[in-house]
Amino acid sequence: MRTAKLLIASVLALGLGMGAASAAVGPKAPVQEWPHTGFFGTFDRAALQRGYQVYKEVCAACHAMKQIRFRNLEGIGLSAAEVAALAKEYETTDGPNDEGEMFKRPARAADRFPSPFPNELAARAANGGAYPLDLSLIAKNRAGGENYVYALLTGYRDNPPPGFVLGDGMYYNDWFAGHQIAMGPPLMADRVTYADGTPATVERMAKDVSTFLAWAASPHLEARNSLGVKVMLFLFILTGLLYATKRKVWRNIKH
Amino acid sequence: MAKYDYVPSPFMANSIVKWVDHRLPIFSMIDTQLIKYPAPRNLNYFWNFGSLAGVMLVIMILSGIFLAMNYNPSTAGAFDSVERIMRDVNYGWLIRYIHMNGASMFFIVVYIHMFRGLYYGSYKYPREILWWLGLLIFLAMMATAFMGYVLPWGQMSFWGATVITNLFSAFPIVGESIVLWLWGGFSVDNPTLNRFFALHYLLPFVIAGLVLLHLWALHVHGSNNPLGIDAKGPQDKIPFHPYYTAKDAFGLAVFLIFYGYFVFFSPYTLGHPDNWIPANPLVTPPHIVPEWYFLPFYAILRAVPDKLGGVLLMFGSIAILFLLPWLDTSRVRSARFRPVYKVFFWLFVVCCLALGWAGAMPAEGVPLFVGQVATIWYFAHFLVILPLLGWFERPLPLPASIAEPILGGGRAGVMAAGKPMEKA
Repeated sequence: MRTAKLLIASVLALGLGMGAASAAVGPKAPVQEWPHTGFFGTFDRAALQRGYQVYKEVCAACHAMKQIRFRNLEGIGLSAAEVAALAKEYETTDGPNDEGEMFKRPARAADRFPSPFPNELAARAANGGAYPLDLSLIAKNRAGGENYVYALLTGYRDNPPPGFVLGDGMYYNDWFAGHQIAMGPPLMADRVTYADGTPATVERMAKDVSTFLAWAASPHLEARNSLGVKVMLFLFILTGLLYATKRKVWRNIKH
Repeated sequence: MAKYDYVPSPFMANSIVKWVDHRLPIFSMIDTQLIKYPAPRNLNYFWNFGSLAGVMLVIMILSGIFLAMNYNPSTAGAFDSVERIMRDVNYGWLIRYIHMNGASMFFIVVYIHMFRGLYYGSYKYPREILWWLGLLIFLAMMATAFMGYVLPWGQMSFWGATVITNLFSAFPIVGESIVLWLWGGFSVDNPTLNRFFALHYLLPFVIAGLVLLHLWALHVHGSNNPLGIDAKGPQDKIPFHPYYTAKDAFGLAVFLIFYGYFVFFSPYTLGHPDNWIPANPLVTPPHIVPEWYFLPFYAILRAVPDKLGGVLLMFGSIAILFLLPWLDTSRVRSARFRPVYKVFFWLFVVCCLALGWAGAMPAEGVPLFVGQVATIWYFAHFLVILPLLGWFERPLPLPASIAEPILGGGRAGVMAAGKPMEKA
């Protein structure tokens, strides 16, 4: 009984922590079905590659992902050769060379994704004062994670609810805190042409790029799940053995 | 304490052991203080949490050392170096999640350990200094956890550090100087991060030293027990090994399952998403909240509109615990024999949870009111209820010894007011 009470107390205490975590942003995004959630979750490789295509062809025009390096893309199922070829499409600044000059060279697998703007001020200047966020960790630093990303990308409304005053150059979004967002609806049907022939609906692209961003924020998720399952199995067996040991040790002690 | 007949373990007869022990009695200490150490035979699983806290300290120090090898304590590099640990260091994500969630686990374990002490009156004569040392450990843990949370240099790191260090500015005359001294500059910045890193690495070893003193004080009179009465003879005690080593090992395994669930399957649940945003002094998060384990104190801080008052109340909420052995005027330790105290104990638990909830909410409306009521209750519990209870409460009759209710004897019916013993 007392054990139960304290157990409830500690669960409540944990609940408080979660309450704090979700108190930051407005409406709670609905939870989507993802193959990468749950104890045995793994990323959908095809969705990751399509999602990368969406990022590359749509989001990357404004949004950096500076935590990600080209070599990381092996994690979405590309081969080392594919990654090297892909990196070569980009130019990066290196240096200084022996003459003390900075120079341009094709990107390598070890380089970070190039940022669309040299710095935040340049980004703001090009975007009417708004700053397109770095997306490396967006699926972790927003309450709801990839569910929030998906909800945001599919949550634009052409007409705000009556009485809502929209600022100049702003767009109405159901899921953005305060509902006014400076980013226009980035996705429209067939904005990209998927190599695997998947029809590029807004929902499909949103889901794919959300999957990609979830991977970018937690690239170790699959390793974490698979190791976690093994550790748990080990601990269950160990707990059983230790319980049996304890019972045996205590069998002659009245307590 | 009852005399306990010490029979050395067989390994004490080994000639090398003897040679060493004659010069440095380390084996004697292990044998008398860990192996043959007499412990009350009736300890329940709540007595597991002390050793769990010790295990957590070791886990935190070990994982922390490996993190420190890859961490860059500068405002320009901290956030990225933590991301590098997560992405590129071999098993870096595992070490980081063990450490990050370990802080929460450490506090869960220590809070249960402290409430165990409150319930069974473990702070009473002759364990007052033991209780103080525990409180000093708790204070050092809070400082360590707070500074550790600053190190990843996310939004909550920066703003949490700003809010908490600013509290000291509430003190008249010296306040501003203290804050500048803490910061090492005119705002939370690189010098602040550097010193917090140095202290975050230092304090756990201070905690380890305090833990040794805590154990030393514990071993003078031995553990309290669920009946709260002193051991009367050898039949009341059993050697620590194998009985409590076996019991603690089982408890540890259960705890690791709980811990492992968070590390592997829910590593972000106990943290705040904003801390994955790099610190930005120009953008204030909508709600600045501390980690969950500080929420009750945060609620007390915000319960009064006056800044200095709030700060004094918050520090007072811990300072008052040092006086607890004298504020509780009852000479009966265990709540099992204190029918009225038992009710107030659970009300106090509810009060602390209410404070935690209020601390997580914006300080306005209902949460603010709940926080204020709970703050009054918190202090009233120690300053009014406990002193009066000792006089007005009629405790239940205590059993004659620890062994009596277990091994039988004429008055078995008296034991624990007819409540069954915890099954172990």
